[in-house]
Amino acid sequence: MECVMGVVGRDFAVVAADTSAVQSILVHKTDEDKVMVLDSHKLMGASGEPGDRVQFTEYIQKNLHLYQFRNTIPLSTAATANFTRGELATALRKNPYMVNVILGGYDKDAGASLYYIDYISTLHKIDKGAFGYGSYFCLSLMDKLYHPDMTVEEAVDLIDKCIKEIRLRLVVAPQNFVIKIVDKNGAREYARRDLVGDNASVDAATTVTA
Amino acid sequence: MVGKNCFAIASDRRLGVQLQTIATDFQRVFKIHDKLYIGLSGLATDAQTLYQRLVFRHKLYQLREERDMKPETFASLVSAILYERRFGPYFCQPVIAGLGENDEPFICTMDCIGAKELAKDFVVSGTSSESLYGACESMYKPNMEPEELFETVSQALMASVDRDCLAGWGGHVFIVTPTEVQERVVKGRMD
Repeated sequence: MECVMGVVGRDFAVVAADTSAVQSILVHKTDEDKVMVLDSHKLMGASGEPGDRVQFTEYIQKNLHLYQFRNTIPLSTAATANFTRGELATALRKNPYMVNVILGGYDKDAGASLYYIDYISTLHKIDKGAFGYGSYFCLSLMDKLYHPDMTVEEAVDLIDKCIKEIRLRLVVAPQNFVIKIVDKNGAREYARRDLVGDNASVDAATTVTA
Repeated sequence: MVGKNCFAIASDRRLGVQLQTIATDFQRVFKIHDKLYIGLSGLATDAQTLYQRLVFRHKLYQLREERDMKPETFASLVSAILYERRFGPYFCQPVIAGLGENDEPFICTMDCIGAKELAKDFVVSGTSSESLYGACESMYKPNMEPEELFETVSQALMASVDRDCLAGWGGHVFIVTPTEVQERVVKGRMD
């Protein structure tokens, strides 16, 4: 039921994910951050087995830091994507990580880029993508509404439409989402979209916010 | 497919997970050197891993031998690498095409554990392989020039993938002659 999605715009990439931590019929928490800030200009949205997700993303983050300490320059987004894929591929036939990743990053020379890496380490560079049951609803919305060089407002609006669709049409849908953005100024949280939990506004209970 | 002193190698462009299409620009045909190409159908992750391993081995070979690998040699290498994993295979069916000695075209395919199948006319692999066999068999003529070969390969590819829900979203065709390589994207039914 976990959803991760990403979209590339004009010199930025947006990665959004739901924030529910679920086990069987119980929702443990509604503010679990699944989009990890790997370094100053990279975001890794991950979905899958909860233990693997946290372990794997932290492992990638620490290795990125190590590279930066050793070499004084950060790894590019493309190299990070290939490193991530390599780690998943090496583990695949021994002790696989059940983690699907949407990696978004900004590089001075390459601009914004988004990579799709699934749990069996298929790597592909994409403009828009999504994982999870939500992807069945989001991907066609994105196909219709996406165009290259979108502004931040347009991209977040597209994400919001996807979130609205997931909330409406997916049985046992996650209610809360986090949206993070990465551009030349760095990777940061852009917004939360909370319908339930401590941070949801009172209005949210009575009106459907987009 | 083999032509007159040239060959063509083509693939579709879909990257999918069963019923869901993830991307429509996935690359499946890779260059090993100027006169040797390999197409890898099957599981995308294994195609990527295998390609990386093969490029690594070829670069090592180039360093040691100071020349490019012959297509026959490369085919044997691929076969050996696949058979290494006999009881835990790479889920890939490669198609290898190259210009060998005297620019003689060489093509072969193999199954996922490295059983080589040489042919003089055409080889196919993938989910639409049965359709491809039929289409190629009917459209193939010996000694086609590059332009005619391109037409034939494109038509055969498009006709076959149109009947296969797991393949399609355009075609990527390489025509390789001793002097040049033409790379073309063919637009077909996008569904």
